[in-house]
Amino acid sequence: MEEFQSLMQGFVIALSLKNVVLMFAGVILGVIIGVLPGLGGANGVAILLPLTFSMAQSPGGTTSAIILLSSIYWGALFGGAITSILFNIPGEPWSVATTFDGYPLAQNGRAGAALTAAFTSSFVGALVAVIMITFLSPVVAKFALEFGPPEFFAVYLLTFCAFVGMSKESPFKTIASMMLGFAMAAVGTDPVTGALRLTFGHMELLNGFDFLVAVIGLFGIGEILLTLEEGLEFRGTKAKLNLRVVLDTWKELPRYWLTSLRSAAVGCFMGIVPGGATPASFMSYGVARRFSKDGEKFGTGMVEGVVAPETAAHAAGTSALLPMLTLGVPGSPTAAVLLGGLLIWGLQPGPLLFVEQKDFVWGLIASMYLGNIAGLIVVLTCVPLFAAILRIPFAIVAPVIMVICAIGAFTVHNAIFDVWMMIVFGIMGYVFKKLNYPLAPLVLAIVLGDRAEASFRQAMLVSQGDMSIFFSTPLVGVLTGLAMFLLLWPVVGALRTRLKGR
Amino acid sequence: MSEGTSGKPAIKTRTMEIAVAAFVLLCGALVIYDSARLGAKWGEDGPQAGYFPFYIGLILCGASVVNLFGALAAARRDNSEFVELGKLKLVFSVLIPTAVYAGLIGPLGLYVASSVFIAFFMRWLGKYAWWLVAAVSIGNSVFFFIIFEVWFKIPLPKGPLESALGLG
Repeated sequence: MEEFQSLMQGFVIALSLKNVVLMFAGVILGVIIGVLPGLGGANGVAILLPLTFSMAQSPGGTTSAIILLSSIYWGALFGGAITSILFNIPGEPWSVATTFDGYPLAQNGRAGAALTAAFTSSFVGALVAVIMITFLSPVVAKFALEFGPPEFFAVYLLTFCAFVGMSKESPFKTIASMMLGFAMAAVGTDPVTGALRLTFGHMELLNGFDFLVAVIGLFGIGEILLTLEEGLEFRGTKAKLNLRVVLDTWKELPRYWLTSLRSAAVGCFMGIVPGGATPASFMSYGVARRFSKDGEKFGTGMVEGVVAPETAAHAAGTSALLPMLTLGVPGSPTAAVLLGGLLIWGLQPGPLLFVEQKDFVWGLIASMYLGNIAGLIVVLTCVPLFAAILRIPFAIVAPVIMVICAIGAFTVHNAIFDVWMMIVFGIMGYVFKKLNYPLAPLVLAIVLGDRAEASFRQAMLVSQGDMSIFFSTPLVGVLTGLAMFLLLWPVVGALRTRLKGR
Repeated sequence: MSEGTSGKPAIKTRTMEIAVAAFVLLCGALVIYDSARLGAKWGEDGPQAGYFPFYIGLILCGASVVNLFGALAAARRDNSEFVELGKLKLVFSVLIPTAVYAGLIGPLGLYVASSVFIAFFMRWLGKYAWWLVAAVSIGNSVFFFIIFEVWFKIPLPKGPLESALGLG
């Protein structure tokens, strides 16, 4: 019950007035970010990260800073559902599956029920994931304390191979996108030898590409350019949410407990394995449709069809923080940005965090419980307000978001050069997205590149350049083997379909 | 797929696939070249600076060669479009002002440049009344000035207007 005690201590920290205010502020900002086109969890957190630099320097400040940023993340997760249901526009990729039944429900005049179901099941999914984090993460962290450089590199390898194996895009596009990220991470001064790499004499590249600028450009500017193609106006249904509707829907929801449980399990699993929230939501929608007795009615406006993807997306989004905290390997782009934040504040993510920064870890975990309660309250009470934001014409919203992105990119290093870089990354994001090059592995590679390289080099130093070190002990062997298996998974899949075809 | 005002495809998807794969291949080649220059072998005291990036470059080249051949092998008559002319114009009508905006931040300061950018965007693309344009564009900058300079004490680039007002 050591976890329980630590958690209680965490609640004491998270419940201080300052942190509760930050939590609500973060959630509200997060929902707005989730509703607006071009701003999402990852780049929203990236833009606000520089604001926390000074905050993190006061005692206990890192905890407040992570509470603010993670609450933005929860808010963005909630916000995605609003646009999917009312406007049939998924604000976030993981809410695409929510539109399948959410929008028909809204068209049938049951927008309130759909929203209540979405928010409540988001909350349930997050709760299951946080409970899992509470009890599983200390175990994982303790286990990982034994890790040396080869084990850590094997974990990184596993993460990146999982992207290749799980992604629905072409494996070679995934690899290309990922390696481009690693190459960008390598640009600048080599941390070990001090040699300048890939700068080709440009002083601006001395410090390499900053992942925050990349995230803001790829997801922010790129998304705006994509949205532009859809036209400049959004049409949506009116949102009305009163206590009656909420209570009526809540009475209906317990019927879908099995779907919720299944979806939460799918979500937790996909969040830890870097598959992420988006595939989790699709997978759980598919599973629910197969197992439900109303399966054939899915897509016409079934509450169950909203419950399944929302539970899974939130569970995955939340549990993506588990590997981030315990191993220093984020499971999603937003978790990667949070990890970057930790590094900037001077914290070393990984197993030692649970030993050296107990207050920080447990304050964060406690704030996950509270932040999601805060989120549920905020979205249930303020839906019409948030929906109104989306009715502001795009010709006003778009330039304002561009300005916000530019400020975000500038404040990272106080350099106008970064604003230019942001635009370049924006064009890249637009083109890559249209050609189905996945962006998540690119971002993760930029964030993890240096760390992966460091552990690879250290492992190589230990073994004097012998690659067999990655199979030298059962533990590292299993990790590397699993990584190879996932890497070759697309080949296995292709062979299977070919054999079936015969 | 919604039909835009002009249905003419500006760029074909296949062309774009080839271009991107070739570009990535070039990046990979650059990485290999520079890693080899720094030394991608085993030095006296361990791996040299180019050791890790060298392999990254190799994999990058390998993957983009596959992508390139995949795109080249795609049927030539595959006419699916990457972007149609009307939409491409719309995208550029945003990209060019944004680039100009980034260029203006230096001489004008971020706040004035932002106001000009938003005003231009609203007036040109949105065709809003001048009073609304002025309210949003100036209000936005005042809002961010208060947040950044006053509240968070993070200085953003300022130009002649701020120094004239004694704020810089």
